[in-house]
Amino acid sequence: MLKKFLTLIAVMTAAGAVWAAPVLINGAGATFPYPIYSKWFDEYSKIDHNVQFNYQSIGSGGGIKQITAKTVDFGASDGPMTPDQMNEAPGRIYHIPMVMGSEAIVFNLEGVKTGLKLTADVLADIYLGKVTSWSDARITAENPGVNLPNESIVVVHRSDGSGTTYIFTDYLSSVSSEWKGRVGKATSVNWPLGLGGKGNEGVAGFVRQTPGSIGYVELAYAVRNGLPYAYLKNESGNFIEPTIESTSKAAEGVPIPEDFRVSIVNSSNPQAYPIAGFTWLLIYKDMDDHVKGEAIVNFIKWAIHDGQAYTKDLLYAPLPAQVVGMIETKLTHVKY
Amino acid sequence: MTMARQDIGDICFKRALMVFPYLVLLIVAGILLKLVIASWDSILKFGFSFLYTSTWDPVVEQFGALPFIFGTLVTSLVALLIAIPIGLGTAIYLAEYAPRRIYRTVAMMIDLLAAIPSVIYGLWGIFVLVPLMRSHIQPFLGKYFGFLPFFQGPNYGIGLLAASIILAVMIIPFITAVAREVIAAVPPVYKEAAYAMGATRWEAIKTIILSYGKPGIIGGIILALGRAIGETMAVTMVIGNNVKISSSLFSSGYTLASVIANEFAEAATKIYTSSLMEIGLVLLLVSMVVNILARVLIWSVTEKTSPQAALKGV
Repeated sequence: MLKKFLTLIAVMTAAGAVWAAPVLINGAGATFPYPIYSKWFDEYSKIDHNVQFNYQSIGSGGGIKQITAKTVDFGASDGPMTPDQMNEAPGRIYHIPMVMGSEAIVFNLEGVKTGLKLTADVLADIYLGKVTSWSDARITAENPGVNLPNESIVVVHRSDGSGTTYIFTDYLSSVSSEWKGRVGKATSVNWPLGLGGKGNEGVAGFVRQTPGSIGYVELAYAVRNGLPYAYLKNESGNFIEPTIESTSKAAEGVPIPEDFRVSIVNSSNPQAYPIAGFTWLLIYKDMDDHVKGEAIVNFIKWAIHDGQAYTKDLLYAPLPAQVVGMIETKLTHVKY
Repeated sequence: MTMARQDIGDICFKRALMVFPYLVLLIVAGILLKLVIASWDSILKFGFSFLYTSTWDPVVEQFGALPFIFGTLVTSLVALLIAIPIGLGTAIYLAEYAPRRIYRTVAMMIDLLAAIPSVIYGLWGIFVLVPLMRSHIQPFLGKYFGFLPFFQGPNYGIGLLAASIILAVMIIPFITAVAREVIAAVPPVYKEAAYAMGATRWEAIKTIILSYGKPGIIGGIILALGRAIGETMAVTMVIGNNVKISSSLFSSGYTLASVIANEFAEAATKIYTSSLMEIGLVLLLVSMVVNILARVLIWSVTEKTSPQAALKGV
């Protein structure tokens, strides 16, 4: 009896080893692009049955740490690696932009709907604690006809380290020299004030429940949770609604360096929404494993062309054509 | 013949069993050692100032643990203040007054409370407790007890008080479970002696059961406190995650466990990671210190009020 059982196990293991041929590719990193990456991995596996992707959304910092340690085959991050971090990596790492996203400034005010106009300096001063009431003159000045209550502003930010925070603090640093000097930009900062929510969901949850609150979340979270959001004044002086189009515009007509490590907040494009950013895949220029390397490069080529069709439904902005062309050139340098 | 015959099987069994306690000690020592090694960079850079500085700035890499120590201690202690009367009261009711059927049902429900995962408590906290705090409980406390500094300030619902209440709910089962076993274990002889002397039900409970059961009950309280100090998910979802020290329970705060949970995955630089590991070390040390203090408390209390001491005429 035991012998039969053991034989069965042996046969099953052998069969499994032969049958489970697909290449397994592991990646980890940013939470922001997780929905679109999931969709892409799912769709791509229908096209190429030989690869299977496994992505852990542990955060941009985690993605950077893991790709540096080579525990994963690719990383993902909303914030570009710093020169120090790039030096720590055992090889040259390429940042490949995959999609663009923007951050909506959501709020919770009785009777005030989407479209509240906020200027850059007011937003920075709210997060610095210098503007404390919704009825402050600087807010009412831009919103005549909107009934702003005399409530104190409850500031909400992220408690966990996050690429979303990186993009937001990057924006605040570029519009407020006081923010730049006092707080700076990073995935995790010493916030002057405010409540910390865990993840985009945490911030959205707090804002939804707390009257008088203001927070920043990825656009998808704002729309899906039905939270009202603000129109921000961009560099050119226009009040822009965060949409897929205005997000894409942030990278149009803007000089993009060939290593793609660029910040596109406060874009000079007159129709651009000011809080937008790329999210990058982090891959080594010289891949150790030929099979995995080829699979990853082929996936990226698919994602930047056919994959872009799936972005709008999930409220991400597709890459501008110019950037796609630059990526194709870049990929030719990857060796595997 | 006074000793049981020991054959080789007995000796092997005893030796094998002895491995386990030493293994546990080894694991604890290993954890402590690993934490110290991993926090070494941070210990070298900040020294003791880590324990009394309030800045937590990852951008300029200045880290201090005081707000987190404050948050952990405040939420745990307030949770105990709420949980001890409720837990102990429930245990006394169950062990002394409750009919058999009620005892079984209520005891089972309370044990179920202990089995609920922390995240579920957090979700309950966000969707049920926090709105309740914001709309009813905190305004009530602010109106009638607002002269105390603990109940002043803006009312968001989330904050130290919400976290303390959730912790209290989570630790009540521990106190109740241990206490009711201890109370049930009091030898009936003592209770009968008390009644024979003319004591009322309450007097019997107070003088005999509570003093006899004190070591066990305090043991249960220490267990509960240990759980409260280390509790992460439920607390981080309702405490507001704000690095600050405040005299008001309405304000938001931060605990040692929460900051590790929130920031560890993204901490990319060496000093940042090392400081978070040092927070872990501080958490372990806070737990140990609290435990030791509680045991000293038991020892001093039982010395004075044990039945043996009563007999000695202390």
